[in-house]
Amino acid sequence: MKQTIIAASLVLATIAGSALAADQFIPIPSYRVGPYASGGAKFYGGMIDYLNYVNMKEGGVGGVKLTYEECETEYKNDRGVECYERLKAKNGGASAFNFMSTGITYAVMDRADKDKIPLMTMGFGRADAQDGSAFKYTFPLITSYWSQATAKIQFIGQRLGGMDKLRGKKIVNLYHGSAYGKETIPVLDAMAKKHGFELKHIEVPAPGTEQQSQWLDIRRERPDFVVLRSWGVMTPAALKSAQKVGYPREQIVSNWWGGSEEDAIAAGEAAKGYIAGSFALDGKQFPVIQDIEKVVYGAGKGNLSDKGFIGTVNYNRGVVSGILMVEAIRAAQKKYGAKTLTGDQIRWGMENINIDAKRQQALGVTDMFPQVRTSCQNHEGSGYTRFMQWDGKDWKPVSGWIKADTSVTLPLIKASVEKYVQEKGITLRDCNAEK
Amino acid sequence: MFYRESGQFKSSYAADSAIFTIAQDRVFIAALLALSFVAIPGLASDYLLSGILIPFLILSLAALGLNILTGYAGQLSLGSAAFMAVGAFATYNFMVRLPGMPLLVALFLGGLCAALVGVAFGLPSLRIKGFYLAVATLAAQFFIEWVFTKFGWFSNNSSSGVISAPAMQIFGYPIDTPASKYLLTLSIVAFMALAAKNMARASIGRAWMAVRDMDVAAEVIGIPMLRTKLLAFAISSFYCGVAGALYAFVLLGTVDAQAFDLHRSFQILFMIIIGGVGSILGSFLGAAFIVLLPIGLNLIGQVFHGAISTQFLANLEMMLFGGLIIFFLIVEPHGLARLWQITKEKLRVWPFPH
Repeated sequence: MKQTIIAASLVLATIAGSALAADQFIPIPSYRVGPYASGGAKFYGGMIDYLNYVNMKEGGVGGVKLTYEECETEYKNDRGVECYERLKAKNGGASAFNFMSTGITYAVMDRADKDKIPLMTMGFGRADAQDGSAFKYTFPLITSYWSQATAKIQFIGQRLGGMDKLRGKKIVNLYHGSAYGKETIPVLDAMAKKHGFELKHIEVPAPGTEQQSQWLDIRRERPDFVVLRSWGVMTPAALKSAQKVGYPREQIVSNWWGGSEEDAIAAGEAAKGYIAGSFALDGKQFPVIQDIEKVVYGAGKGNLSDKGFIGTVNYNRGVVSGILMVEAIRAAQKKYGAKTLTGDQIRWGMENINIDAKRQQALGVTDMFPQVRTSCQNHEGSGYTRFMQWDGKDWKPVSGWIKADTSVTLPLIKASVEKYVQEKGITLRDCNAEK
Repeated sequence: MFYRESGQFKSSYAADSAIFTIAQDRVFIAALLALSFVAIPGLASDYLLSGILIPFLILSLAALGLNILTGYAGQLSLGSAAFMAVGAFATYNFMVRLPGMPLLVALFLGGLCAALVGVAFGLPSLRIKGFYLAVATLAAQFFIEWVFTKFGWFSNNSSSGVISAPAMQIFGYPIDTPASKYLLTLSIVAFMALAAKNMARASIGRAWMAVRDMDVAAEVIGIPMLRTKLLAFAISSFYCGVAGALYAFVLLGTVDAQAFDLHRSFQILFMIIIGGVGSILGSFLGAAFIVLLPIGLNLIGQVFHGAISTQFLANLEMMLFGGLIIFFLIVEPHGLARLWQITKEKLRVWPFPH
């Protein structure tokens, strides 16, 4: 009898043990070397810190511990594919990937579809992936490039004192000569048509260090605003060239990849007054950031080598990425139970993220990023962008959250999705049939 | 000991001109082919196939292409990645614009387009050589990358300029699993490597080497300069073009012009320098070194996960990689292929070298 009890309790203990040992694996395809290392190290540092924070504070999500493993992509497509293949089946299967690289995301999209693993493309391409009926496993959460481009024009309208004031004005789109740089041209064209302003596209050959002639062009054109679509070294080079030709930086509006400390500080004095979009505000004023610093860094478990980077734009973006990942896992656990979930279950979770004002309050992220509510059809979940101005030392918000002009983006998305569906020969999901 | 040749006599011309004259070599190659064609697709994991072996094979093919041009014909080129891009974009356009086009035909036509472009950019080689030619091929690199970014037609007017590969099949058999992709790549690479080896041993290869070693002397003994040099450019670009198409279709499934930037050209050049200039085997060894070493270092680094800061680890990888390149170049400037040759010679007399 006694032996049976011991045996039974042993069995129970092992069951309990294995239940406790359940964990959720999150792959971290980071880039800490190469040309984009400075941003990558902070972004993935922020993401890892948040995962550790959830583990330390709550013991994981619903008792399921979050584990992670890093793989260096160097921001290169082939290395990214290698990392994807390496991590996708490890430790019970990957939850979701966030490569922070348009190129790698494009390269693994078909694979992810087949392996049923969601891809987070928070704040980057491809823009049409917000249509979940065609792109089941791709999630351009919060805001896509196209939504952001319409927000930029609306922000310029606000600055001018109303959208009707845009009529007859002149805007230059200065873009990086790459796939990335050209992505917003059709959206801006549509906005120009709608609001009746004159739009001129000027290309800067990659990588964008040489912009003298382009800015001389701009000086001749005398545009009312310059919309900058820059990346890496192109941003500081643009600001310095603008200073040289005497173009006011207050009239340059960049997208968020030109809106981190690295971009502005590198341009020095020339960056003062420069405006950039954002989907995740910087700073340490948010309770979640303060708490991470206290809990994670207090215990000496922080991922950043230099604590001074806490609260920088890229770090906060990483934290937001972690939050969205964890919220997706939470949502999926509500449906499937608190256990190790598969990629497809996490995909369901990502389609049911609901971060409203109350949830933002609870997470300590009020105003850090807009409210997010995703669905099967809508993989973006928000579409809001906020603009910040560099005062020489810090980014200061200069607008509220501006909603994308969906009357412009939706038809473009529809056309693009149709082409994609035809090229790939896929059938659309019926979102109404799925629950 | 392992390479004992005693008792192996060549009794016919065919035996004398065989690729592998020693029985051990034949057995070794047969075993290697059996391993890679039969055992690996059946046993290897998806990660090994699509994460490591496919990129290795594709870049070996590109290195092979550059080795024909630079190693055999002596024409320094920095445009290999551009020719890869031509192959990738041409294949894509053949597949998208001509529905029903068989994959292998599209790959071949893509290679041909790359060959044509290669010939066009090879024309300056008739007048200039050495570093000056390298700079001329650099122009190809920048020009072609610019063309594919600038003109939307090449990427079927995709808003981002990124092309994504349509579904692939051969004779109705879909190429969608890692094993089938691997077998497709392996078959193409094995066939083209065999062709390259035979070209190098045939009159065309000898003409290339004559041009490489002294072009004036080669011309004097009656080797047509125009034909030889342009053929080297055409064949080399064909190899690079097919490699580029495979890179886009089989490895990534999508590609933009920036994937074939100058860094890729340098990467391929490093492969043949480290592997061995003017050696078929060297192309494979060099590709293995350049592709696999960083991944290997990264995997080893993961053992220390948590113990050392990942930032430091990532940078340490780069330092080790650079250090190893310098080490190999000092120890064996003729590349890994020469190292292998020396090993073979040593093994012939082992264990009694005297």
